[in-house]
Formats: sequence, structure tokens, C-alpha cells
Amino acid sequence: MSSTILYTATIVDCRWFGIFPTHSSSFEDSPMSSAIKHPLIPRTDVVFRTEQITKTYHMGDVDVQALQGIDLELYRGELVVLLGPSGSGKSTLLNILGGLDTPSTGKVFYMQQELTAESDADLTLYRRDHVGFVFQFYNLIPSLTARENVALVTEIAQAPMEPKDALQLVGLAHRMDHFPSQLSGGEQQRVAIARAVAKRPAVLLCDEPTGALDVQTGIVVLEVIERINRELGTTTAVITHNATISSMADRVISLFDGKIAAVNVNSQKLAPKELVW
Amino acid sequence: MKALDRKLLRDMRHMTGQTIAIAMVIACGVATYVMALTVLGSLSLTRETYYDRYGFAHVFAQVKRAPQTLEARLAEIPGVAQVETRTVFDVTLNVEGLDEPAIGRLISIPERKRLGINALYLRRGKMLQPGRYGEVLVSEGFAEAHDLEEGDKVRAVINGRLKYLTIAGVALTPEYIFQIRPGELIPDDKRFGIFWMWETELEAAFNMQGAFNDITLTMTRDASEAKVIADVDRLTEQYGGIGAFGRDDQVSHRYLSDEMKQLRSMAFIPPLIFLSVAAFLLNVVLARLINTQREQIAALKAFGYSKLQIGVHYGKYVAVIVICGVTLGSITGIWLAHGLTELYVRFYKFPVFFFKFDSRVIIWALFWSGLSGFLGVLFAVYRAVNLPPAEAMRPEPPAHFKPTIVERIGLGKLFTHSARMILRHLERQPVKSVLSALGISLAVAVLVMGRFMEDCIDYLMEYEFQMVQRQDVTLTFREGLQSSVWHEINHLPGVMYGQKMRSTPTRIHFGHRYRRVAVMGMEPNGDLFRILDEHDRPLNVTGDGLVMSEALAEVLHVKRGDAVTVEVLEGKRPVRDIPVTGIVPTYSGITAYMSNEALHRLLDEQGSLTGGYLQVDPLKYDELYKTLRNTPAVAGVSIKDAAIQSFKDTIAENLSTMRTFNIIFATIIAFGVVYNTARISLSERSRELATLRVIGFTEGEISMLLFTELGILTIVALPLGMVIGYGFCALSVATFDSESFRIPLVIKPVTYGYSAIVVIIAAVLSGMVVRRRIHELDLIAVLKARE
Repeated sequence: MSSTILYTATIVDCRWFGIFPTHSSSFEDSPMSSAIKHPLIPRTDVVFRTEQITKTYHMGDVDVQALQGIDLELYRGELVVLLGPSGSGKSTLLNILGGLDTPSTGKVFYMQQELTAESDADLTLYRRDHVGFVFQFYNLIPSLTARENVALVTEIAQAPMEPKDALQLVGLAHRMDHFPSQLSGGEQQRVAIARAVAKRPAVLLCDEPTGALDVQTGIVVLEVIERINRELGTTTAVITHNATISSMADRVISLFDGKIAAVNVNSQKLAPKELVW
Repeated sequence: MKALDRKLLRDMRHMTGQTIAIAMVIACGVATYVMALTVLGSLSLTRETYYDRYGFAHVFAQVKRAPQTLEARLAEIPGVAQVETRTVFDVTLNVEGLDEPAIGRLISIPERKRLGINALYLRRGKMLQPGRYGEVLVSEGFAEAHDLEEGDKVRAVINGRLKYLTIAGVALTPEYIFQIRPGELIPDDKRFGIFWMWETELEAAFNMQGAFNDITLTMTRDASEAKVIADVDRLTEQYGGIGAFGRDDQVSHRYLSDEMKQLRSMAFIPPLIFLSVAAFLLNVVLARLINTQREQIAALKAFGYSKLQIGVHYGKYVAVIVICGVTLGSITGIWLAHGLTELYVRFYKFPVFFFKFDSRVIIWALFWSGLSGFLGVLFAVYRAVNLPPAEAMRPEPPAHFKPTIVERIGLGKLFTHSARMILRHLERQPVKSVLSALGISLAVAVLVMGRFMEDCIDYLMEYEFQMVQRQDVTLTFREGLQSSVWHEINHLPGVMYGQKMRSTPTRIHFGHRYRRVAVMGMEPNGDLFRILDEHDRPLNVTGDGLVMSEALAEVLHVKRGDAVTVEVLEGKRPVRDIPVTGIVPTYSGITAYMSNEALHRLLDEQGSLTGGYLQVDPLKYDELYKTLRNTPAVAGVSIKDAAIQSFKDTIAENLSTMRTFNIIFATIIAFGVVYNTARISLSERSRELATLRVIGFTEGEISMLLFTELGILTIVALPLGMVIGYGFCALSVATFDSESFRIPLVIKPVTYGYSAIVVIIAAVLSGMVVRRRIHELDLIAVLKARE
């Protein structure tokens, strides 16, 4: 039975199963959520799958419910935008997918691996081998040059690119011996992207990559991300509160108050330089 | 080089000041540690080798006069390896350039055989030539004090006759590494010298042909010293033996041992404390440095660096600091040990000095410094790596502030907003504040400890030479004289007032313990030589009881009221049980006192004298000395001013060398501690301070915030540091105690003042550095970077 399904899945255009109506829909009638709750036919290219994850933070005396039961799937090679206002739980979700944080309840699967069952050491290996992170505030090591910041990751990765090639990819080969303090914000973010992709990760997780940048610079950074996704086929999730950016995604998952509010599939992706905000 | 190692190097360059400060603190601890152990090791090795090669005797005994035939019987005592009998006499010397008489100890050497015990090392000149009489070898200390060369002559009054002694050579012996006359506190090379003379000549001069008055012997390895001593005493009793004794009671050996013990405590406790302070500092500083890199650690974790890799990364930082500190400290320590060794070579009379450097010392230094550093880092790294990276990168929740105690009790209105910020900040992180204050107070404490020795020495000098010994001159007679001569003594030129002295050699027993002690007879209300009670009030010794020094009481485990057995070692050799009626604090020697009357009764004599304490008209010193030089009955003249000078030149100088090192190191440590406290405070709060700058505070105003905080910590730390310092000093003093010398715990206000001032200066200078850093604060960058 299962082999039949698998066979069916491989011969059918994978994309088709991921495509849902492009109109916004509420959480209750989301075909996505119903698809997960009642999977008709499982997809074989699922990179991430979460089951009812919740996350509660204790901030001083206050408990904050950052996630309240999230079910979602991310597919190989797609560029997903997690869209939501500040406090909607999107960073928390990304951190959990990246193995930086663990949910309070629920399960997270990466391929066939249940991340929520892994030890801290295994999560470290998972991050080292599979995940590239891009943070809003770049998080470059200030005492290392651009090239050295990339080398920091390539030195421990299994099949990395040359740091120089990674910087070439983000158009910064000529600035590779500069320290973070000598680079503009956009350049620093591109170094961060080079650092994230240099290990040839399976997934690239970007937390507000343009949050600290102006429009022009932000677009340059998004172009780099889009190129990485397109050329390397890296599954990419980008967090943003900027709705305009979602136009460049294959899919847009909107979060609100710790829940998935909507999932939209873009029939027409825009190139980053076409974005206006 | 790996990127992570590059980060390490650049981080260290960025924190050069702090890194150097911590390394310096470690270096100071290690330097004193290495110096002390190296000097001690060298000293021990030198002494052991010297004793071994030159056959230092194990047992010593003096008799009045024993026939040569006794030697063979002594040699038969089980456990005796070798016996050497000789003639020893103290004579008065007239030395050019010295007004007062000096004492020369003449020791016979056999012409027909080599000296097997207490052999001589010839430093200069020639050994005595057979058949050439009138020639002597002189001890190096005396030769140096008087610039005596081969061929020079010294006038001596030998058995009432004036005689010229021609110097043939300068020699050393393991028996007189310390040249101290019995009864004196300190060596005085100017006024006491050892002379070796042919046996036949010396025996002839003192009518001792076929006899001897001094015994030295070595024992076999398995011999029991107590048994040998008992046998020697039995054999010598009828010849006026005053009790044999082992090395422990041999003056030179005991002083050297005590000196080494003191050196050990002087040199062990401060380094240990320095090293502990360094460890504490390393611990605190690194823990806080790692906290400031919380976000970088989170990023590394996000990239897939394991906890171990991150731990190793910071471990390398500790390793670099510790290795730098230990290397610098070891080099300095070895260099200082060389210097100090040279000083000791001059002071102790050793033929050669072995400089022994034990590399294990450095390994231990490395181990202790490393251990303390790694422990500190381990905790901080553990906390940092166990924080989920996502959490580490998130801004910390707003700190939990509340009104301070001062505000809660209603005094809040007295403070400005800035002051309230400072107070709340200090109170919110009590552990951090306490550790900072503790760090600064340790700086105060090491300074107090570095300096207090000088106060003790000052007090000791005052106590010994002004409160206890108020005489100008002390005379000791060759043998007990009838009290009828006291009248003559009192009429010596310049003598204004005199106090009789009677002392007798005894062994005081209590339980299985005993010590050879001179019991001193005290005149009622004697005003020159006095003993003082624990409140420094003169104590009149009355009745039949015995008063003893604290040191002796401790050695014998005697309490007031206990009865001890006093075994007199001369005359009729009575043995009596005598109650201890008092125990007095004394800082030098082990002594016991009785009233003159009681002592005479004990000795069953009419009242003989062994010496006298004199107060002398300063204008008539020369005349007095001239008379004394020609008085054969006087065996010794000790002049207080000379003793003070000699004390200053020897013990005080040795101590002050150590003290100087301690002060220098303590000062460096103090600066290191305070500077680090200020710098860390700045780096931890740069974001908050930048925010204040952005909302309109001036540089001056935010500097004031930091300065006030540092100021409050310093003010709290000062008294605390003084208390801790007192404890450190007490610890040093406690380990310093030896039988022949103790140090009173005295800390003068000036020492506390000095320590406080150094720390305040360190705080001000550190504040100035921080002020410059505040000017360089990159406001935008600080605000952009998330905590």
C-alpha cells in the first residue's frame, strides 16, 4: 500500500500537491491545515513537518505563549516566507525548525529525523550539517574578517565551498578581507548569507534578513537569497513582517498570535528588484 | 590558523589591558612562589651538602676540664661514629678601629690528624703550618667585618696575657654558619669571631695539656640521639659537663633552621595568598568576559559548534593568560631567587652556594593557576553554552529592579536619579557587587600583608631594645663571680647604674619534653633588664616560682601553675620541681626567669654573679671599654646600640628585602584587580551607558555613574580589605613563629593608610582609563547590536 502511494507521489507533479487556492483563507478552513490533518497522499519532498507545536516563554513574571499549536510542512527547494507582525511567533518557529530552540510540546521532523527527540549534541550536528542561519543583526564575529567569518563555518562543515566562492556568490569577493566594522549593513548581511550557505546547507533560515536595512540594500540582500534558492536549490524560509517581500515567495505562511492564520501559494513570483515598499 | 583561533587572538588584542592585568597578577603570585621555593630549595641543599661534606657534628658537649683518656671512652658509646675533643676558650680581643672589646672564640685543631668533624673550608690564605705557632685561622665574618688579611695581627688577652695572633688564613665551618655568641639575639660579626689555633699552643696557653673542655661527635645512622646524649652526660658529669645537646640546641644550626622556617612562612604565605587572589580574579574576570560574549557563543552554537569546541575556545584564552603569567612569573621568580641567593651567600657563611632550581615548582605554579582559571571559565562557559542559542540571542528580559533598601526605608528622596540608578544596580546584582568589592578588598589585603612586616619589626625593636633591655652595656663574666665584685663593677668608669645578672644553664623537663634553657635570676625592681607581662607592664618575679617565655611554655606544653623539673647543669647540679607562676610574651629566645634570691637558694650559693647590666654615661664609653678590654674576668661585652645596628643589618634587612618584593607585587595586584573591575563594569554596561548618552547625558555625567559605582565598591572594600589583611598577617605571623624568634602581630595605621591610598590611586587611574573608553563608545553600534 505504502509503496503504491510513494510511486504515485513520484510520478505526479510534486508541485501540484503543494498548490492551494491563492486567495487568503482563514485558519479554520485552510486547505493546508486540513491537508495535514487528513493527508490524502503524503508528499515525498517534505523537508520539515511540525505536529501541534507550542512554545511558552517565561519572561520574568509573565508567561508568553509564543506558539499555540502549529502544524506545517516545508518542501524541498521552495522559498517560503513566514509573514507576521512582531510577536506573532515567527522567529520562535524558525528557531525551532533550525534546532536553536525546542518546542514546549509537539513534534518537529526534519526529513525522517524527529528533531524534538534529539539530544543537544545531535541538534548541534544537525545545525552544523544541514542548516544555514541568517539573523536580523547579522551576528558576525566582530574580530574576524568577512572571509574568516565564513571560514568559521566551512572549517567544521562536511562538504563546504571555499569561503571565497561563497563570498563571490553574494558579490563580496572584493571585500573579503574587511572586518565587519568596515562593511555596510547590507554587506554585513551578505557576508552572513555567504557564511550560511558556504556549508551547502539543505535549508536556509533567514530571520528578518532585511529588518535592519534600507530598501535598496534590502533588495540586494533578497536578490542574493533568491539566487541561492534558485541556483543551489536550497529550501529557504524567510521571516519578515514586511508583506511586500512575500511576493517573491513560492508560498506565504502568515502567522498571527502564535497560530497559522493563512497559507497562500503565489502563482506569480516577483523578482526581488520588482518589489516596492 | 583556524578562524576561531584568530578570533581568540584578536579578542585578546582588543582586551590587551585586561589580559595583561590578569597575567601580571598571576605573574606576581607565581614569581613570589617560584622565588621562595627556589631560595629555600637552594638553601636546604647547600646546608645539607655542607653539613655532609664537612662533617657537621651531631652532638655537642662542654666540660670544665676532662682528661684526654675520656675520648676513648666517649668513642665506645654505642651509636657514636666519631669523636673529636678540643679546647675552646673565649678571649677578649683588641681590634684596631673598634673601641669596645670584641670576643674571640679560640678553638683548638689537632696537629697530627685531619679534622673529621666540623672540618674547615679555607676561603683565603693558608692552613696552619705544623710547628708555626702564633698563627691562627679566622672566621670569614670577623675577617670581613675588620678587613683582616693574611699576615694581619689581632691582639688578644689570653689567660691574662696579651698575645698577638697572626692571621694565616680565613676559614669557614658548618659549626658557625651563624656566628652568634650564646646569650645574644643576633650575629654580630664585628664583635664576635672564631679563631682556630694549634692544639698544643692553645692547651699551653690555658694549662690544658692532656685535657680538653669541648666535645663534638657524630653518630651512626641508626643511633638514638637521646641515648647518646645521656651516655655523654653520664661520662662527663664528673668533669663539670653542663649537658650534651644535639643539633637542635646548637646555636648556629637552630638559628639557621629557624631562619629557614621563617623564610618558608614569609615566602609561602604571601605567594599562596597572591596566587589565590590571582585565581579569584581570573575566575571573576573570565566569567564576566564570557558573559559579555553570550551572543557570539549563541551564534557559534547556531553554526553547529559543539559545547566542547566552544569550551576549548575559551579554555585556550585561559591557557594563554595562564601560560603568559606563569612564564613571566617564573622568569621573574628565578631572577629574583638569584638575587636573593646572592644576598644569603653574603649573609650565611657557606663555602659555596648551590643554586637549585626545581622545575616542579613551575609545574605546580602552572597547575594551580591553570586549575583556578579553568574552573572559573568552566562555570561561565557551562552557563553560556547551556543557554539555548535562540534565548541567548534574544534581548534579555528587562532586569528585575526594585527600590533599594535605602529607598524602602524612606531615604530615597535624598538621592538623585543617577544615585538611585547606581544603588539599584548594585543591589540588583548582589553577587556581582559583592565579588567586585571582594576583589578590591583583596587588593587592600595583599597590600596590608605586603607592608605589615615592617611594623612588626619596628615594634619588636622598640619592645626588645627600649622596653625590655634598657641597659646600655651587658657584661658577661667568664665564670660566676662573688657578689663582692659588684661594688667594683659599679665603679667602672662611666657606670651610672647597674643591675646584677645571674644565669645558670639548666634543662627544664615537663612530661617527656625538655629543653636546654638558661634560667635568669631577676633582681627585685630591677630597672634595666625587665620582663613584661602581656600588657607590657614590668613584671616583678618574686617567690620561688619560675616565670617562662610563651615560646618555652608552648614547646613544653606547660600551663601556669604546672610544676616543671629544673635540672641545673652546673655546680652541685640540683634537680628540683618548681611551679610555673607566670608565662610572659617574649619575641626572642626561649628563657625562664626566677627571682635572684630563689635562684641562689636553688643553686645553694651565697649570691654569685655571671654578669651585669649597666647604664653608662655616653661620654665615658671609651674609658669603660679600655678598662674592660684589660679585665680578664669579663668574657663578653655587648653594647645595645651595636646590637640594634646589627639587628638592622641582618634580620631587618633580610625581612625588608622580602617585604619590598611583597609590596611591589601587592601594588601590581591591587592595580590589576581595580583596573579589571572598572573595565568589566564598563563593558557590561556599555549598552546602557550608550543609551544614556543618546538621551542626552553628557560623557561627564555617565562617567560619574561608573565612577560613583566604582567609588562605592572601593569604599566598601577598604574596611573589608583591612580586616582580611589583618587575617592574612595573622596567618603569616602564626607560621612565622619559631623557638628563637617570634613576630608580634602589629599593624600600624600607616600601613592601612598606605594600602587604602594605593587602592584609591589605582581606582582613580582605572577610572581615567575608563573615562577615555567612554569617549570612544560607539553609540550607534552599541544600540544596534542586540544584547
